[in-house]
Amino acid sequence: MRKVSRLSRFNIASLALGLAFLYLPILILVLYSFNASRLVTVWGGWSLRWYREFFNDRAMIEAAWMSLRVAASSATIATLLGTLAAVALSRGERFRGRTLFSGMLYAPLVMPEVITGLSLLLLFVALNAERGFWTVTIAHTTLTMCFVAVVVQSRLGSLDRSLEEAAMDLGCNPVRAFVSVTLPLIAPAIVAGWMLAFTLSLDDLVIASFTTGPGSATLPIRIYSEVRLGVKPEINAICTLVIALIAVVIVIASLASKLSSSQGESAAPL
Amino acid sequence: MAKELPGADVAAEAAGGDAFPAAGQPLLRIEAVAKTFGTFRAVAGVSLDIKAGEFFALLGPSGCGKTTLLRMLAGFEAPDEGRILLGGKDIAQALPHERPINMMFQNYALFPHLSVRDNIAFGLKRAGMARADIATRVAEMVALVKLEGLEKRKPDQLSGGQRQRVALARALARRPQLLLLDEPLAALDKKLRENTQGELMELQRRLGMTFIIVTHDQEEAMTMASRIGVMKAGKLAQVASPRELYEAPRSRWIAEFVGDINLFDGESKLRDGHRLVIGTRDAGALVVAEPREPVGAGKFAIAIRPEKVKLSRRAPVSEAGRETAINTLDGVIADICYLGGTTTYKVKLDTGGMLQASVANSARIDVDAYSLNQHVVAWFTPDDCVVLPS
Amino acid sequence: MSSRRIFARPARFAAIAPYVWMALFFLVPFAFVLKISLSQTAIAQPPYEPVFDLTAGWEALKAAFAALSIDNFRLLGSDDIYVFAYVRSLTVAITATALLLLIGYPIAYGMARLPKRWQAVAMVLVIVPFWTSFLIRIYAWINILQHDGLLNQILLALHLVSQPVVWLSTDTAMYIGIVYSYLPFMILPLYATLAKMEPVLEEAASDLGAPPWQVFWLVTFPLSLPGVGAGVLLCFIPIVGEFVIPDLLAGSNSLMIGQTLWLEFFTNKDWPVASAAAIVLLVVLLVPLLLYERLQKRQLEQER
Repeated sequence: MRKVSRLSRFNIASLALGLAFLYLPILILVLYSFNASRLVTVWGGWSLRWYREFFNDRAMIEAAWMSLRVAASSATIATLLGTLAAVALSRGERFRGRTLFSGMLYAPLVMPEVITGLSLLLLFVALNAERGFWTVTIAHTTLTMCFVAVVVQSRLGSLDRSLEEAAMDLGCNPVRAFVSVTLPLIAPAIVAGWMLAFTLSLDDLVIASFTTGPGSATLPIRIYSEVRLGVKPEINAICTLVIALIAVVIVIASLASKLSSSQGESAAPL
Repeated sequence: MAKELPGADVAAEAAGGDAFPAAGQPLLRIEAVAKTFGTFRAVAGVSLDIKAGEFFALLGPSGCGKTTLLRMLAGFEAPDEGRILLGGKDIAQALPHERPINMMFQNYALFPHLSVRDNIAFGLKRAGMARADIATRVAEMVALVKLEGLEKRKPDQLSGGQRQRVALARALARRPQLLLLDEPLAALDKKLRENTQGELMELQRRLGMTFIIVTHDQEEAMTMASRIGVMKAGKLAQVASPRELYEAPRSRWIAEFVGDINLFDGESKLRDGHRLVIGTRDAGALVVAEPREPVGAGKFAIAIRPEKVKLSRRAPVSEAGRETAINTLDGVIADICYLGGTTTYKVKLDTGGMLQASVANSARIDVDAYSLNQHVVAWFTPDDCVVLPS
Repeated sequence: MSSRRIFARPARFAAIAPYVWMALFFLVPFAFVLKISLSQTAIAQPPYEPVFDLTAGWEALKAAFAALSIDNFRLLGSDDIYVFAYVRSLTVAITATALLLLIGYPIAYGMARLPKRWQAVAMVLVIVPFWTSFLIRIYAWINILQHDGLLNQILLALHLVSQPVVWLSTDTAMYIGIVYSYLPFMILPLYATLAKMEPVLEEAASDLGAPPWQVFWLVTFPLSLPGVGAGVLLCFIPIVGEFVIPDLLAGSNSLMIGQTLWLEFFTNKDWPVASAAAIVLLVVLLVPLLLYERLQKRQLEQER
C-alpha cells in the first residue's frame, strides 16, 4: 500500500523495447503465413494457401508425425526419470555417487548439442542399433530428463518439509507421506516439466540429426533442409502451426496447474 | 487536525532562517503535508515542529501513515501537498541523497556484500571525505556502538543485536542533522530491546542529536521519547509528552489506544464549583474535576486509568462524610488477572458496568488479594477522571 | 533420528533408474567419443579403425590398443582451420554474451521493478518465446533480414539507405540471431536475483548520499553478480558449441567449431577428427561447465 512503483522511464523503455524485440519477429512470421503471394515480402492479401500446401506435403506431414511421437514418448519417459532423480537429489541427503549423479544431470543443460548428439550416435553405432524413432527418443529423453529434474527439484526444495513431517505424524510411512502429500503439491511442477520436455524435443534439430537414421526425419530436420534452400512461404505456415500447437500445450498445462494448485504459484523456473 | 503551535515555537519561527538552529528552536517544520497513494490518503495534512535535540516518537497503529510520513522526511516519497522545512529550507522535493538526514531502517538494510567497516564508511565516501578522515570517523563510530574487533565481518556473520548497532553507526556516521529510526528495535527480543532502548537514549543525549522514531509499540515510545505524536488515519491525533498523553488524552480514541482505560458514557447533570457531576448509564452519577478547558453541557465520556482505581472491602471511612468528594462504586470481582507486579481485577458494578482496577502487588504474601465473586468497593477521586468529548 | 533421515532411504532408491540411464546414455558415450578420437579414419562402416571386437581375443584387443594414436589431435593443433574455428567460437561467444548482458540487464532490471503482479506477467512474456521453436525463431529473422525482407523495406522507405543492405550471411545477422535466441536465458537468472533483492537496500544507499548511478554500481549491480554469473554461463557455454545459428545466418567463410564438427562428421565422414574436435571443445568448456554446475547446485541447495 505504501510501496509506490519505482519504475523509471528508462525501466519502461527497456521493457517495451525488449518485449517488442522478442515478439515482433514471431508476429511477422505468423502474419506472412497468411500471405497469398508467393513472394514472401509482398503482401498479396489473406490466404490459407500455404497451409493447404503443407497438408499436401506428405514428407512434411510424416516428419511432423514422427516429431510428435518422439516428443510425446520422450517427454513421458523423461518426466518419470527426471522426477525420480529430483526426489533422490532433494530428499536423499548424502549418498555415494551423489556428486557424479548431480554432475551428470546438470551438464547436459548447457552442454553443446553437437557433443551430446555425436556421443550418442557413436554409442548407437557401436551397439549396432537401428537408428530411427527409438534412438531419437532415447537421445531426447537423456537431454530433457535433466530439465525435468531441475524444475521438479526446485519445487521440492521450496516445499515446506513440515508438511511431510505432519503426514508422518498422522501415521504415514515415508513413501505414503510422499505419495499423498508431496506428490500432489509438486504435480504442477511435474506437468511443467513434461511440457518443457515435450517442447524441447519438438524443437531439437542437432541431436535428432545425429541420432536419427535415413528415412525417419523429424520436423525440424525437414524444416532445416528447406530453410537452407531459401525462404518458402510454406515454412511460415508450418511454423505458425507449431507455434499454435505449443500455445495450446501451454494454455492446457497452465490451466491444469492452476486447477491442481490453489496457491497460484508458477512452478516453472525456466 | 494540526496541533496548535506553542508560543515559543512561533517566536523561534520569527527568528528562523538559520541553517542550523540552536537547541530549543524548531529544526524541522512539517507544514500541512499530505500524501495519497491511488485513492488511499496515507497522510492527510500533518503539521508538526521538531526542535533540535528532541527525541520525538511517531506512534500509531499499522496503516496510520507514520511510516509514510517518515519516508517523506527521508525523501523516499514526495509529499503531494505541504512543505517540509529543515533549518528553514524547503526540502520536500529534494532527493534522499541530497538531504542531511539519515535513516536507520526497520530491518537495518545492511549491505550484505560489504563489511561492517565498509557499511559504516559508505555514507562518508559518498560525501567525498578524505580517506584518513573516513578511517578516523569509522573507528570513532565502531567505538561508539561497541563493535571493536568486528570491523571486517560481513553482516551475515553478526548477531541481531550487532547488526542493529552497525545500522545505527552507519546512520550516525555522517552526523546527520536529523536521524530517522523506523521501528529500530522491532527485530530484537524483549530483553535486548529494553537494554537497547536505554543505550539509544544515552547516545542521543550525549550526541545532542535530533531523533525521530517510528514505532507501533507505545511502551517503547513512552520510554524513549521526550515527545510523542500519535497518528490516526493519516492525521496527528495528539502531540504531547508521554505523561500528558497518558494522563490527559485528548480524545476517546487516544485514551483507548495508549494504555488500558475504563470508559463510561454520560451526560453532564450539574456543576458544583470546579466539579461536574456526570450521569452515566453504567456507573451511575460520577463526580469529576472540570477540565482545564471548560466544557459546556452535553454528552461526555469519563475515562479512568485502571491503576487509579482503588479497591477495598468497605467504603473508605475518611471520605464518608463528604458525599460528593469521591466516587465509590459497589460491585463483585468478576475476573482476576495476575501479572506479577500488578493484578488486574474486573469488577462487575452493581450499576451494571464493568470496571478494571490494577492493583500493585506490594507484598509477597497475598494479604491484599481478592477472590472471585467477592464483594468490593471500587473508588477513585474526581481528579483521576478525564472528561472526554463523546 | 530426524525425519530427513527417514526420508533419505526410499529417496535413494529413486536414484537407481535415472542413474543407470544417465550412466548408459551420457557417461558411456563419452568413452566412445574418446576412443574414436584416437582411431584412424577408414572407408568402411563404421568409418574408423581399429574396431574393438571383444570376440577376437586378447591379442587382437592388444593390437587394437596399440593402433590408437593422437594423430587427430595433432591435426587439430596444426591445421589453421581448426585453430581458427576454436578462436572464432570463443570470440563469438564472448561478444554475444557481452551483448546479451548489455541488452538483458536493463530488461531484467525493469521487470524486477514492476509492481508484483505485473512481474509474473512479464516473466511469462519473456518465457513464452522460449517455448516456441528455436529453429522457427531463427527462420523468423531470415524472413526479416533477407534481401527484400522487412528490414530493408523499412530502411528504404525511410530513405536511410539507397539500396538494400546485405544482412544475411553476415556476423551482424548471426549476433542478432544469437541474442534473440538466448535472451530469455540471460534475463531469467538476472531477474531472479534482482527480484529477490530488497528494495530497501537501494533506499539505504540513497539515504547515505549516493546518487542514482552510484546506488546502481555500488549496491544493485554487486548484489546481482550471482545472477550475472548464472546468465553469462548459461549463454556462453552453449554459444561456443552453437551450430544452427551461424550455419543459417552467418557467412560460410569462417566457421565456428560446432559447424566444423558437423562438417567433418556429415560431409567429410571423418568421425575420428570430429570426435577429437568434440573432445577439445569439451576441454575448452570444462572450466565454465564446472563453474556452472557449482552455481546451479548451490542455488538449488539454497532453496531448501
